[in-house]
Amino acid sequence: MNARQAELLHERFQSFWQSPTGWRGATAVNHTTIGRRYLVTGFTFFIIGGLLAMAIRAQLAWFDNTDLDHATYNQFVTMHGTTMMFLFAVPILEGLAIYLVPKMIGARDLPFPRLSAFGYFCYLFGGIFLYTSFLFGAAPDGGWFMYPPLTTRDFSPGAGADFWLLGVTFIEVAALAAAVEVIVSILKTRAPGMTLARMPLFAWYMLVTSFMILLGFPPLILGSVLLEIERSFGFVFFDTSRGGDPLLWQHLFWLFGHPEVYIIFLPAAGVVTMVVETFSRRPLVGYGWVVAAVIATGFLSFGLWVHHMFATGIPRLSLSFFSAASMAVAIPSGIQVFCWIATLWAGRPVLSLPLLYVFGMLFIFVLGGLTGVMVALVPFDWQVHDSHFVVAHLHYVLIGGMMFPLFAGIYYWLPLFIGRRASDTLGRIGFYTLFAGFNITFLPMHLTGMLGMPRRVYTYAEGFGWEWLNLLSTVGSFVMTIGVALFLTDLYLHARYGAAGGRNPWGAASLEWGMRLPAPAFNFVSIPPVGGRHPLWERPELAGESAEGRHFLGDPSSGYRETLGTTLDGAEPEQVIRLPKPSWLPFWSAAAGALPLIGVLTQLYWLAVTGLVALVVLLLVWAAAPAYGGAPARIEASPGLRLPNQAESGQGPGLWGSGLTLLGSSAIFASLLFAYAFLWTVSPAWPASGYAGSTGGEAFAGALLLAGAALGVYLAGTALRKGRAVQFRVAVAVACVLAVIFLLVTGDWLAGLPPRGTHAYSSLLHVLYGYQLLHFAVALMMGGFVVWRSRIGLIDAARTLEPAVAALWWYYAVAVGFVVLVVFFLLPRLL
Amino acid sequence: MQKTLLISALPFLLAGCADAPSMLDPAGPEAAAIADTWWVMFWGGVAILALVMGLALGAVFRRPGGWAPRSDWLIVGGGLLMPVVLLTGLLIYGLVVSVPPGPENPLTIRVIGHQWWWEVHYPQGGRVAITANEIHVPAGRDLRLELHSADVIHSFWVPQLGGKRDLIPGRANRLELRAEAPGLYHGQCAEFCGAQHAHMRLLVVARPEDEFHAWLARQHTPAPEPATPIERRGRERFFARGCDECHTVRGTPARGRDGPDLTHVGGRRTLGAGTLENRPGAIARWITEHHRLKPGNRMERFDHLPSEEVEAIAAWLERVD
Repeated sequence: MNARQAELLHERFQSFWQSPTGWRGATAVNHTTIGRRYLVTGFTFFIIGGLLAMAIRAQLAWFDNTDLDHATYNQFVTMHGTTMMFLFAVPILEGLAIYLVPKMIGARDLPFPRLSAFGYFCYLFGGIFLYTSFLFGAAPDGGWFMYPPLTTRDFSPGAGADFWLLGVTFIEVAALAAAVEVIVSILKTRAPGMTLARMPLFAWYMLVTSFMILLGFPPLILGSVLLEIERSFGFVFFDTSRGGDPLLWQHLFWLFGHPEVYIIFLPAAGVVTMVVETFSRRPLVGYGWVVAAVIATGFLSFGLWVHHMFATGIPRLSLSFFSAASMAVAIPSGIQVFCWIATLWAGRPVLSLPLLYVFGMLFIFVLGGLTGVMVALVPFDWQVHDSHFVVAHLHYVLIGGMMFPLFAGIYYWLPLFIGRRASDTLGRIGFYTLFAGFNITFLPMHLTGMLGMPRRVYTYAEGFGWEWLNLLSTVGSFVMTIGVALFLTDLYLHARYGAAGGRNPWGAASLEWGMRLPAPAFNFVSIPPVGGRHPLWERPELAGESAEGRHFLGDPSSGYRETLGTTLDGAEPEQVIRLPKPSWLPFWSAAAGALPLIGVLTQLYWLAVTGLVALVVLLLVWAAAPAYGGAPARIEASPGLRLPNQAESGQGPGLWGSGLTLLGSSAIFASLLFAYAFLWTVSPAWPASGYAGSTGGEAFAGALLLAGAALGVYLAGTALRKGRAVQFRVAVAVACVLAVIFLLVTGDWLAGLPPRGTHAYSSLLHVLYGYQLLHFAVALMMGGFVVWRSRIGLIDAARTLEPAVAALWWYYAVAVGFVVLVVFFLLPRLL
Repeated sequence: MQKTLLISALPFLLAGCADAPSMLDPAGPEAAAIADTWWVMFWGGVAILALVMGLALGAVFRRPGGWAPRSDWLIVGGGLLMPVVLLTGLLIYGLVVSVPPGPENPLTIRVIGHQWWWEVHYPQGGRVAITANEIHVPAGRDLRLELHSADVIHSFWVPQLGGKRDLIPGRANRLELRAEAPGLYHGQCAEFCGAQHAHMRLLVVARPEDEFHAWLARQHTPAPEPATPIERRGRERFFARGCDECHTVRGTPARGRDGPDLTHVGGRRTLGAGTLENRPGAIARWITEHHRLKPGNRMERFDHLPSEEVEAIAAWLERVD
């Protein structure tokens, strides 16, 4: 095949993969496009958050400054933290993963492209929603940590807290969507032969990070929902006079908040790993060590949250435990750092610009890690907690652990993004400016804190010895801003005037460098087989062969977007995954999903209900238009290899995605049960007096109904496998009826309790019921959906994906129902 | 000025600077133990940072063919053994250092956090002396602070005496401290508590035991009777303007609990939780300007009061016996 033919092949793929432009750009679903949008949007928020930081630093430059009044300052501090955490750090790393993961593992796209687009719009709309609060003079001002009672209606009567709670929760939906997407992508769509042990380390980092998002964000989602319904609908969870406790929020918040730090750090460490490997010109030393360290970090990060609460008066013994765990998490970080150093020694390092940023990262992050160990020591933390020492520490960790690696990554993958090579003079000046500015800002700040200056004060008095240190920090922060400006200018100049690059300008090993630059929407003309950890080093000819269509799915004649599905560990080809074309559904679904935010905020509840109804309708339309609709039962993946489509493979990504979604949901449920257990231990009366238990009749009837529903679902599955469509539909219908009766029975009992606002006990039972109701509602809709799909002949013994997804939801909902029965009826007898 | 310049040039000398409420200039056993710990960790941290950066930069700037560390030695020794050994040591050290000896015959003081001031109670027998934003303590005696909150979460922090502890509504936290020597120790609310979190300062006044008891005895007495016509006028206007709805003045019918107890306010060093130095005329200024001095504070505005009334009220409140 000559170059001309390869070009033609490329263009044929391009014709049906290219993302639409102009106003139809909102319909784009391709991961390359969506990933780029995440990156650009994230950077925009980074600049906004940075401007807020400038205002903060200007205010604190000198004592008794009143350029900003207290109200504005508190809003700025709150929005700076919120923006950097929720609108910059997490989404931009998700965007990087959305962009890179399929390219690295040899996939054409993510398995749920419309979900990625939906997630992006949730993020965008959520961010805009948060910032519109400034237009109404109602920006959140309760701190990015939102501690009640300060953020309850009593002490924050304005809409600021509502903006925060609703907006951030909406953005977290995007994070969960991206997490599910990336996990399924990594587990099920790797190039043939890329076993788990051959994955590029960035994929390992993203796999672990995504699981952490899936389990770490739910506690905050639950906390935000609880606080918002306490504010807006008269529930009670945080008021001690009615059985609540403000510390419940802190537990839920930091159950999210500490994994969050590693959710931000791990992807960035993944970037560092790839950069170190490429510029050391040799495989990373200690691949297994790094994988083990990343997984260990993932686990440990869920056991540290209390170290944000050392000063709340928690008993000594628990403090010692959390102190030890907080120190232990330094060990896997140490292992990663020394694997990088060992690789540098073992290789022939080239101090290119990305590697320079890695060195900046090393200094800053290690310093931040060291102060992190210090604050893990309980008595020392009692001194520096909530002082400027901690402000310095967290910026060392986050800027060193995230921003510098991100910039390293952007320089590293820039040829992929824009197809041009970097010339690095300006880039180096930018780096040194940024590095100097950062350290001038934050190194003295440790001392400011030790001299007694607390965080989040809008002004301070003369005579405490704080003003010169603050002035130094402010000067440093302006130097740092110049560094960021140089970085952005450099990017612009590259994009505009950089030399066009060929393939693989750095001589890297991983698959994303095996495609033409800039990366096309479909990544690979054909999906290459992989035989080792460093495909492009082991077989440099792979890239050329892929471009000539000589590997998997190299035939564009069907005109459908497709990628290869492979087995979980061995990466054997098992299915061809048909992918959707551009669609308006994600945009409108996210828009409909945003309406309830506005509705609750403005207390126009009809608007909230309208939005919800519209969302349900859109999701049903979405479900009725799967990408595999009309696909042949077997699709040719390569000459002689015909594989089932995802609806018939029994391993459809949809099934994995549903399972993971339920895993995320179960973390919300677990957080809810944690809230129950926590309030039970701190509340003097639990259940509160006046809450007569049940005679047991409801519990017994409820258990029977649940068992009946589960049996119905099971029998429906058996009937389907035997090809008995009518039996299938009847069994599903029976399960639906039993579930509805179950909801009525438990709901009726709940209605007999004292009103939800009287005690946290009653409020929590209502929320448990609401959680159960939501899951049964989805299960019922799925039941109706599969009955309909069976009626019109789209479900049968071979096409089992949709009923399998529905069954999964049903079994989960039934399991939730049983737990709710135990909490409602059994626990009060035991307590 | 020269002094501060020097300090900013040599930041770590500041540890000994007298006017900063510095945790590195401890005035009690709790804070002293933490300061010692800091210096151990500081030098340890410097050594580790130098080692890591030296190893990393050495890899890039080494001579070809020169010495190179072995990979497994780096990973196992540097990544695994070094942190395990150092952290275990630090943890044990921390546990030993942080175990308090247990207070002997402590003086109990109740501190109640409000947005944005501190209410301080000295329970003694059946009686209570109440003051605000200033905690007088006997030097050298163990203290037990009982920490409560009337509204949102606050945090008690006097760096020279020890670590901080939160004041949480619905909970009673305890903090045990000791001020070794007489002196003034500045502190501030450390948990963000809303609009005027920045102006929620407090002052610990440590004095010899006998002076402290004389002070406490005075605090237990009711407010002195007005001695001059203007003071009598002030007291009358105090009630006419409804100041008693929020403030208590013991010895009078004023029983309000929302604002600070004003019984001996004339003797306090600051007004508005450290916002304004309590010089002559300061009380009058606070009454008319508090919303500018400390915007958003919970006190009603009184800038419409005739200055004659303000001065009379201030004259009465300023009176110290």
